[in-house]
Amino acid sequence: MLKFLLRRLAYLVFLVVVATAVAYLLAATQLNPRSRYEGRNPPPPEAVVDAALDAINMNDKTPVLQRLDRWARGVLHGDFGRTIDNTPVNAEFGRRIFVSLRLLLVGSILGMLLGLAAGAYGAVKQYRVPDRLLTLFSFVVLSTPVVVLAVLYKNAGIALNNALGFTGDTRLLYTTGEITPGLATWSWAGVQDRLAHMVLPSLVLITAAVAFYGRYQRSAMLDVLGSDFLRTARAKGLRRGQALVRHGLRTALIPMATFFAYQFALLFVGATFTEKIFGWHGMGEYFVDSVTNNDVNSVAAVTLFVAVLVLVAGFLSDLAYAILDPRVRV
Amino acid sequence: MQQPSAGQPRASVPAVTSRAVLVWRRMRRQPLAMAGLAIVALLFAMAYLMPHFIPWRYDQLDTRAFLSPPSAAHWFGTTQNGFDMLALTLRGMQKSLVIGVLGALVATGLAAVVGAFAAYFGGWLNTVLVGVVDLLLVLPAFLIIAILSPVFQGRTWLIFVLLLAAFQWMITARIVRGLTLSLKEREFVHAARFMGVPGWRIIFRHILPNMASLLIVDATVNVSSLILAEVGLSFFGFGVQPPDVSLGTLIGDYSGAALTFPWEFYFPAGFLVALVLSVNLVGDGLRDALDPDAGAGRGT
Repeated sequence: MLKFLLRRLAYLVFLVVVATAVAYLLAATQLNPRSRYEGRNPPPPEAVVDAALDAINMNDKTPVLQRLDRWARGVLHGDFGRTIDNTPVNAEFGRRIFVSLRLLLVGSILGMLLGLAAGAYGAVKQYRVPDRLLTLFSFVVLSTPVVVLAVLYKNAGIALNNALGFTGDTRLLYTTGEITPGLATWSWAGVQDRLAHMVLPSLVLITAAVAFYGRYQRSAMLDVLGSDFLRTARAKGLRRGQALVRHGLRTALIPMATFFAYQFALLFVGATFTEKIFGWHGMGEYFVDSVTNNDVNSVAAVTLFVAVLVLVAGFLSDLAYAILDPRVRV
Repeated sequence: MQQPSAGQPRASVPAVTSRAVLVWRRMRRQPLAMAGLAIVALLFAMAYLMPHFIPWRYDQLDTRAFLSPPSAAHWFGTTQNGFDMLALTLRGMQKSLVIGVLGALVATGLAAVVGAFAAYFGGWLNTVLVGVVDLLLVLPAFLIIAILSPVFQGRTWLIFVLLLAAFQWMITARIVRGLTLSLKEREFVHAARFMGVPGWRIIFRHILPNMASLLIVDATVNVSSLILAEVGLSFFGFGVQPPDVSLGTLIGDYSGAALTFPWEFYFPAGFLVALVLSVNLVGDGLRDALDPDAGAGRGT
């Protein structure tokens, strides 16, 4: 058993290494960090540009494998290299991870719980009005790209501000950033300001999560509702509500374990579009910006991070199955 | 006993109704799926026929109407440069439809071939293909396509479709592989093999047709996922490249105008949601029609 686990672990590490190397090579050959200096007026001397690019290990005159080697050696010592602005990638990660966490923690958990509750309720009321409404909602939201959803919410927020007369410096809801610059973070005003910034992006995440989880939980619950063990639970004298929650809901949650695991692991990178549109400088935004800024080391580091998260999520989902479903345990 | 009886459990009933007819009958009983089908057909016809009947082309400027709201001359209004919004939306819809349909065919075909070959032949081929599937699942698709976007800049958008499809097939390939592993031990496959039929022909004649319903539903789901993926990428400029337009580039270009000049944003966005929604409805209906035993409320 231990041998099997070790072999599995070695395979996963191998996958992460190959994925990161592929991303690094693609980024290093396709992106063009030199373009950052080419547009300047007056153009800096070539030797200066070369020196600047050498300092951040992005000089396209160095063979790409040599650059990869230098970067990989750094990674082995816990150093993910320099960004295109010559700041450490590690520092960028440290800051952005918490920005994403602050946004995603509330939104995902709330959205997930609401979606599960809505889905279970919809299944119990199958084909009645609440179920129809929920299904319609899920279908429409799942057919709407997150970018469109985010733009719609942003504009609704602006319209609400204007309608209620918040046109000065203090707004009811904010549509860009995480906090008004200059406010003390932990003052009462600061907390209020943070909340006003959080509402709209969180609503986007919650809407999408409710549609997604509601749809899956409804079908999982429907599979359970017709089962024999639920009838047995009623027959031995449990009330309908008790039987549904204790025997129905728990069983219906098992197939959802995979989604929980991935949701948990993707807490850091799950909101690329939302972060970008609402101007939160988190990991999701880093995803897009690293490519637009020709930031090779950041692209590779983000890929490494995501690859590890996905594999951890796979492991967590197996674990969750084992906890929820006693039959899996051997 | 040697009959390949997987799809026809009641083969002894004299009047045999073909499977396609049965599925179509079950499909017709679902009003939502039929509505979806009608809307998809309508949008298809609109996207490809209507450009011939409207006075403006998508790349033509009306220098006398900048930013005009919807009017008799420009049904969907115009942009700040004088482009006709209706022509742009139709052109964008053409692109989104082609990307969705073509990409879905490629993705599902790839999934079927890779999954079935890996399971049927086993050995080193299986090891390599499973490795490729695992690797592609670990690589963040958005990032890789974004990095490669300069490659299809100024070249055909077909490269973009292939890239989108390349990151869309892995999970289905896993399912196909699992199904093939059990199908290849069935009598009709053994019979074919003992008669000397080559492996690749057994896969295409006997194994893949037995999972046709899975593949059909998968292709439909892929259409809507690919259309949505295109929007996400094009929104940030990593997808369809100018001067060509897609619903994604239109939504990206005019999302900032949604408050002041709503027609620029809401027409493309509205058509996109209508398109994806009706494809999803068709997919859901197909799933129920092909597999009536499965619960009615399966997720998409």
